[in-house]
Amino acid sequence: MSVPLGYIFLSAAFLLIVAMVMMLARLIGGPTLYDRILAVNSFGTKTVLFLCVFCFIIDRPDGVDIALLYALMNFIATIAVLKFFNYKALNVDLMAKTEGREDT
Amino acid sequence: MSLFVTLLAVAPSADIALQSGPHLDWFVFIRFLLTVASLATGLFFVLAGTFGVLRLPDFYARLHAAGMTDTLGAELIILALIIQAGFSQMSLKLMLVGFFLLLTSPTATHAIAHAAYKSGLKPMLGKYRAASLDEES
Repeated sequence: MSVPLGYIFLSAAFLLIVAMVMMLARLIGGPTLYDRILAVNSFGTKTVLFLCVFCFIIDRPDGVDIALLYALMNFIATIAVLKFFNYKALNVDLMAKTEGREDT
Repeated sequence: MSLFVTLLAVAPSADIALQSGPHLDWFVFIRFLLTVASLATGLFFVLAGTFGVLRLPDFYARLHAAGMTDTLGAELIILALIIQAGFSQMSLKLMLVGFFLLLTSPTATHAIAHAAYKSGLKPMLGKYRAASLDEES
């Protein structure tokens, strides 16, 4: 008796791809900018999960490093895009004391 | 398409062999059950969050649907992979991925909500609402 674990992980990867495609619909048709940023962030999380499951299916632990890198870069990209659309520039010192605007 | 054919050919190599009869390996069997339960719950949360992002009417409601379910679903799916990987190098890497997802996902959700509120995006309010701070003072 053999448990079809490979097929279970394969169907999990397929369902993750379905979720990613549905998130692309929100990314394309989102009404506001923040909907799109949210869709990109969630898409990145699902990409990390898909990479982990995929590396488990093909039984090579190398790709989990790529998943780790992708998780960190997804976070940094989200913060950078939010900062750019808040200040209309990326070269802003966030630690500097601002006069006039007490909270940005 | 050929990728899927290759995957279908590769998939049985990841099977675990369960001996039938009186010599059932209970450790493998319980590990299999835990893996399937955790994976199914995680996939349920991820798909529910995706449906919420597609269907809910307001940005903040969509953020609420995506932010929480992505964190819990990701942790559960990675937990399933950790259980199945056993005590190995891959398990340590998966723990690192889960740790960073646990740190960064709520932070990114909070940053998106904060930026949207600061930019003047108003939430869609219903009939029942909390008392506003401006009206009280």
